[in-house]
Amino acid sequence: MSCWQTIADYGLRSLGYGERLLPRSDFTLCQQFTLIGSGMIWNIYFGALALLAGFILAVALAVAKASPRRRFRKPAEWFIFLFRGSPLFIQFFFAYFLFLSLKGVVPAVSALTSAWLGALVVLFLNTAAYSGEIFYGALRSIPRGDLEAADAYGLSGWTRFHRVVFPTMLRLAWPAYTNEAIFLFHATTLVFFSGFPALQQRGDALYYASYFADKTYNPFVPYPILAFYFIVLTLLIAGGFGLMNARLNRHLSAAERPRLRLRPKLIR
Amino acid sequence: MFSYCTDPDTLDRIRWFSCYLTTGVHMNFYKSFGTVLLLLAVTAPVALAFGFIGAIAARSSILAISLLGRTYTAMVRGVPDIAYFLFFVIALDQALEWVKHRVVCPDWTEPVRQGANFLVCPAAKIPMGNAPQAIHEAYGFAIAVFTFAIVFGAFASNVLYGAMRSVPRAQLETAEAYGMTRRQSFWRILVPQMWVYALPGLSNLWMVLVKATPLLFLLGVEDIVYWARELGGTKTPRFTDYPHGDWRMWYFLGLLVFYLALTRVSEIGLERLMRRLTHGQATAGGDALRREGPA
Repeated sequence: MSCWQTIADYGLRSLGYGERLLPRSDFTLCQQFTLIGSGMIWNIYFGALALLAGFILAVALAVAKASPRRRFRKPAEWFIFLFRGSPLFIQFFFAYFLFLSLKGVVPAVSALTSAWLGALVVLFLNTAAYSGEIFYGALRSIPRGDLEAADAYGLSGWTRFHRVVFPTMLRLAWPAYTNEAIFLFHATTLVFFSGFPALQQRGDALYYASYFADKTYNPFVPYPILAFYFIVLTLLIAGGFGLMNARLNRHLSAAERPRLRLRPKLIR
Repeated sequence: MFSYCTDPDTLDRIRWFSCYLTTGVHMNFYKSFGTVLLLLAVTAPVALAFGFIGAIAARSSILAISLLGRTYTAMVRGVPDIAYFLFFVIALDQALEWVKHRVVCPDWTEPVRQGANFLVCPAAKIPMGNAPQAIHEAYGFAIAVFTFAIVFGAFASNVLYGAMRSVPRAQLETAEAYGMTRRQSFWRILVPQMWVYALPGLSNLWMVLVKATPLLFLLGVEDIVYWARELGGTKTPRFTDYPHGDWRMWYFLGLLVFYLALTRVSEIGLERLMRRLTHGQATAGGDALRREGPA
């Protein structure tokens, strides 16, 4: 069987298209590359959607946490502490069993017990909490002069926020937020190891990598393949966020722009 | 546990729970919290040592060693840590068995990898096939600790490498001016001073390590996640004196609270430590403490 045939059979296997049965023996390198790559679709799906939706909630959380009003500040603080203070792995488990119990009471929410929605919700809330903390830090380090200038121009309320506060906050937070985005994509590999079932063996990249490692009892092939995919993904994200960083700082000369540095710091 | 527990069906709610929560399996569950704390206590210093070695290697003037150190430092940046956990737990086991195999059975001619099998001679099995269960468990735990130490060593190595570069260059120049050798200035000047710079990173690392402990479950250790799943599952009257429905949600809620408490306690502890270290320092933090006045 040629490699093209394998790609045609298994390229979209993680979504349920193509060959139904996974290869069971005599695994070729091509099969491992194709299936693990196919699993990456899920990692990108979870990461991208959680990041997009999380961004909006994160900005709201940061503004609420910086608010002088207690009834806005306290819930935001608690939300951020809850999701940053506990392991993502446990959050996944808890959420899955919570959704399972809910399903018994309200059948309408049954979609939450499958990974595509349930895990996405958890990742969305989780990344919102982490990014919210980053944005909060940035909000607090906006130079006083910027705000005074805004006041002097008579800006207030929404105009002041979206013309001055928000762009500056984003600019300051962007390097840390890039990191957060990268480690969010890494965290998506936890989904299928934490209760959420991989129906009909439709899993993510790590799911297939560990499938091959279990079947061949040889971790030295599938995991390096997985590593390759993730390094490429990481570089792509860093590149994309770098472009955005350049755009956010387009008023500065190239030498003055803050550099993006990858700092590993988040296992959740 | 209690004398009235002989017939659970007749008990009222409170007594039922007091009996239920003190059964033998629940004791195992509580012990596994000890496993988590033990893992933290063992892994933290080992990972710190790994990180220290990695940071020294990355600074080495010999290119090969420096590259090795840098690769180790960089390895956690691009690839999910969970992949390392799953990889090392098999790879370490196989590496150990393979080495022992070469030493114990030099006459063995068959290849070790045969298709989907990894076969070493019986004498090279680790632990030996006839070893008691406790040895198997201890071996599994040791492999897990080592895996954690490798991955977290790489994180720590990042932090320490950065801290070593943050020590003001003038300090080292002074040491050189006094005629200290490279080795002397490293141990006497650089290492004592770098900890202040490393502490924020290391406290962050501790929090990360705390939150990584449930991954023990993926490494095949019977930890709190394992027991929470076991105990919480639906129990029918046929197999247990304490039948109940699906309580896994409540067990994991318990774990969630446990971790939040652990995080909070660590936060408070680390804040105290930081206060202590910044006390009297010529930094913004130290100035703030001075302004507060004598505490």
